[in-house]
Amino acid sequence: MPPVGPRSGDAIFANVERVNAELFTLTYGAIVRQLLTDLEEVEEVNKQLDQMGYNIGIRLIDEFLAKSNVSRCVDFKETAEVIAKIGFKMFLGVTASVTNWDADGTCCSIVLEDNPLVDFVELPDTCQGLYYCNILSGVVRGALEMVSMKTEITWIRDMLRGDDAFELQVKLLKQVPEEYPYKDDE
Amino acid sequence: MATTACFIIVSRNDIPIYEAEVGSAAKREDAAQLHQFILHAALDIVQDLAWTTSAMYLKAVDRFNDLVVSAYVTAETHTRLMLLHDSRNDDGIKSFFQEVHELYIKTLLNPTYLPGSRITSSHFDTKVRALARKYL
Repeated sequence: MPPVGPRSGDAIFANVERVNAELFTLTYGAIVRQLLTDLEEVEEVNKQLDQMGYNIGIRLIDEFLAKSNVSRCVDFKETAEVIAKIGFKMFLGVTASVTNWDADGTCCSIVLEDNPLVDFVELPDTCQGLYYCNILSGVVRGALEMVSMKTEITWIRDMLRGDDAFELQVKLLKQVPEEYPYKDDE
Repeated sequence: MATTACFIIVSRNDIPIYEAEVGSAAKREDAAQLHQFILHAALDIVQDLAWTTSAMYLKAVDRFNDLVVSAYVTAETHTRLMLLHDSRNDDGIKSFFQEVHELYIKTLLNPTYLPGSRITSSHFDTKVRALARKYL
């Protein structure tokens, strides 16, 4: 019988199947490398990574809801906390923190001190515009869209560009009311 | 005491992928070419020696006047780290090679680096020069 109420990110992370961190990091590296070769333009690679993340996110949210037992969040603030404390811990094994709220509570920053995706990575001069972890922003965007929140996500800080942490700015554009796939009179 | 030292990394396809003059001696203009020439000439000896031992560190393989060539062959890709030097600090050179080898492996793990291409990372360069100051 599953426990009632939300489970902590640590508890879920301890129970799911995991892969070796280096295998994971190098696999992601290989994907980025291949995209750079295929698409040639750094901008295009950013877009593609975001799209791949989005496709992951819209599926991942289901697994997240199934395993974490979280109930409906009352506001965007709680949503952000859940993503940072449970979501990131569950799937990446790192904890993020939420800061920099704006006055009306629609825009915040998720800060990652530690990011397994970027072990070994050093950007050469030719890819300076690359957001190496752009897949993460896509995942968050896709997942939130599935729970009817349209968001816009931008990277504020990036360790690969010499900053001291990773900072994702999440901006809530609008809450989409749930749409039913059928009409009442059909 | 001023020392002369020149360090290069040669890929498995015999292409130099990293070069650095790491000595403290005042540079002569033609020194770089001379050093390259000596190291180049030693490659054949390294080739023969590499298969006679299971050790990666080959010690001194060649000499030219007072300059000695030491070599280190990595197992994974048969990449050769070669050092031209006039000091006799065998332990230091061995440690230098081992630590540069680690750095080289880290570079290989970087997904944006294509194995066999030139190492342009400034981070790598700084680290190698620091190691040279420490051990040579």
